[in-house]
Amino acid sequence: MLTIKNLNAGYGGMHILENVNVHIKPGEIVSFIGPNGAGKSTLLKSIFNLCDIYSGKIIFNKNNITKLPTHNLIIEGISFVPQGRLVFSDLTVKENLEMGLYTFHNKDHVKIKIKEVFDRFPILKERQNKLAYTLSGGQQQILAIARSLMHEPKLLLLDEPSLGLDPKTMKHIFKIIQELNKEGMTIMIVEQNAKQAVSISHRTYILEDGKIKLEGGKDILENKKIKEIYFGGR
Amino acid sequence: MLEIKNLKKYFGGIKAVDGCSFKLSDNKITALIGPNGAGKSTVFNLISGFEKKDKGKIFLSSQDITELKPYQISKLGLSRVFQKSRLFNNLTVKENLLISINKDNTQFWNNLLYPNKNKKLFEEKITDVLKLLNITKMKNHIAGDLSFGQKRLVELARAIILPHKILILDEPVAGVNPKIRKDIMKILSILKKQGETILLIEHDMYFTLNISDHIIVMDEGKVIAEGTPAQIKKNKKVLEAYLGD
Repeated sequence: MLTIKNLNAGYGGMHILENVNVHIKPGEIVSFIGPNGAGKSTLLKSIFNLCDIYSGKIIFNKNNITKLPTHNLIIEGISFVPQGRLVFSDLTVKENLEMGLYTFHNKDHVKIKIKEVFDRFPILKERQNKLAYTLSGGQQQILAIARSLMHEPKLLLLDEPSLGLDPKTMKHIFKIIQELNKEGMTIMIVEQNAKQAVSISHRTYILEDGKIKLEGGKDILENKKIKEIYFGGR
Repeated sequence: MLEIKNLKKYFGGIKAVDGCSFKLSDNKITALIGPNGAGKSTVFNLISGFEKKDKGKIFLSSQDITELKPYQISKLGLSRVFQKSRLFNNLTVKENLLISINKDNTQFWNNLLYPNKNKKLFEEKITDVLKLLNITKMKNHIAGDLSFGQKRLVELARAIILPHKILILDEPVAGVNPKIRKDIMKILSILKKQGETILLIEHDMYFTLNISDHIIVMDEGKVIAEGTPAQIKKNKKVLEAYLGD
């Protein structure tokens, strides 16, 4: 579904990713974990063309999508939930959701999708006419995820979906991620909550200093080297 | 040290904080936990003067600070880390720290007349805090270039370096990798031993249960339980409202 070949990327003169190779199969949940500053967010941003790509290729469904404008990537079927609750603060919850379908113009379809999202996240229905900045941090995070689901992406990129969520809501979100996956969505997750992420993922990549250090299945956290670089020998 | 009495704050029809009262013990770490939307961050905003209360009182060292402005409350000894990064993105890490390091010396005349008075002392303080958080190599990086987790660490450094009596931290380890989480736990214990009073909001239960002396649980704008980590772990109300077990 998605192949990243020898990717070098960063911001201006700041080179972050070095020769990164990643392959995602259709229907997979794949996690990316690693220390802060390892380049995990940059990897997701490079797919969504939100950073500078120096060399390398990104292939999505056999199309070369490297440096394709972001709005075209949305039409291709990719959705991105950035880190840290980026919602439109001065729009209502419902308007934020409508923004998720901005490039599509069928109003009836928008209504159907909003209803679906409200079914999944009742708190958003309850708060639909409130301005987004009046939501708590965790509720804003839920809104950001919900907005990304509006146009039914084939590939969903989640940058720390559990950030700032209470334990109960976090479980709910991870359950929803699994449900979406069962419905056929391919999902890439960057997480600090490694145990949760690995437990729902088919495969996991470990990044450090902009390079892929390791790739593995559910037992990847047992690896001694990971315990050192990531958990500090816990 | 810090006491809030019957605090209320409504946003339109939403009762964000609805009659919340608690008291912090000196030289202890207290955690404020509760479901998303329970009103925890709003309590922090009220304490630090970023929101005006609808009702209630807030006392810092027995002084009524309810009507004071954020900078006045900060001068009285309150230091805060926000949920979202609030660093100066165009400045280096060191410059970000310099801004908060000595509030007595930020007055115009002092800066003009004695620009180098405390230079050496500041350098030492900055070196110490960077070392404490293990971010020495980022000293001259532009803050805007740092990753999310790295920014959180710099913010924590900035809050620590600001002279204060009480430190309030809104989700200090959210988005921070497990190794640094452990480091932050150690750092907070060190600060506590040095006599600091700390109030934090955090969803990571491993972190919260291990670091806190006292836990206050909020739901729907009210305090629903209080106690030691051991007591909170057994509290059925908390388990249902918060952990979903």
